[in-house]
Amino acid sequence: MSAEPLWEVFVRPRRGLAHTHVGSLHAPDAAMALRHARDLYTRRQEGVSLWVVPAAEITASSPDEKDPFFDPAADKIYRHPTFYELPEGVAHL
Amino acid sequence: MSGTPDLLALGDDALIAAQRLAEWVSRAPTLEEDVALANIALDQLGAARLLLTAAGERMAPPRTEDELAFLRDDHAFRNCLLVELPLGPARGDLDFGWTTAWLLLLSAAQLLRYTDLAASGDELAAAIGAKAVKESTYHLDHASQWVVRLGDGTPESHRRMQDALDAVWPYAHELTEGVRERWLALVEPVLEAATLTRPADRWTPSGGRLGQHTEHLSYLLAEMQSLHRAHPGASW
Repeated sequence: MSAEPLWEVFVRPRRGLAHTHVGSLHAPDAAMALRHARDLYTRRQEGVSLWVVPAAEITASSPDEKDPFFDPAADKIYRHPTFYELPEGVAHL
Repeated sequence: MSGTPDLLALGDDALIAAQRLAEWVSRAPTLEEDVALANIALDQLGAARLLLTAAGERMAPPRTEDELAFLRDDHAFRNCLLVELPLGPARGDLDFGWTTAWLLLLSAAQLLRYTDLAASGDELAAAIGAKAVKESTYHLDHASQWVVRLGDGTPESHRRMQDALDAVWPYAHELTEGVRERWLALVEPVLEAATLTRPADRWTPSGGRLGQHTEHLSYLLAEMQSLHRAHPGASW
């Protein structure tokens, strides 16, 4: 049964919040994955909605690409709102 | 089982079913299914505690849930024969397809019993029924999912699913007394989706409601009751 595909599980804790990744599980198909997710990840009223996504369908960034992907953001301080000084007379920003 | 709700019979069904299902813990085909079956077993145990407590309060003299669960002999239990059967062709067997067939028949009947309980004029019984309806609905869904997958799966899984269904089907007569037509309306569409043949109604074993049980109940009770009988009143 270890040939069952892997599914990533997302739980929405309550209305108005986004679904958050909580873990993964094995299941033969989507319907069973959803039910296993209910049993494994919402036992203690953790959520009001569940998503299951085939792990194989997720395109992930590679650790090898970490430097070109993420490091260039480190010195771009102008991307943060705190970089900008508030002009005189702007009361409601 | 018609008229006033028989809380003792319903409680015994749930208690014995819980003990049977607990045999799967650490032995299910996958970790995910292990947790699912344990959840269902604990739901059954939770319903059994409420039902036996309510039944015991109305006895003269009153009896506690522990007295009813641990200090009765087999002939005093009122569960139907289905729940005490081994979850496979022979004692000690654990067959997953067999278990899903067993759970399909059982949970469909429990859903109907609890629905009726929830609509009864008995306030306490109605509250227990309303809580248990949601759990039984999920148990029925879980069993249905697997019966369809195994029945409409490989030739091997189909054959074993049909064999298991044929073996447990006769015991559903006692289980569904008074709710047979409504029960068939729940179960037959699942069997059809699973490409399984609904077994013919022939042999109808019964006696559990009268305290006449199979030998399997004695073995089950010996295991379930031994700790309490050796250490009366023991708590964790």
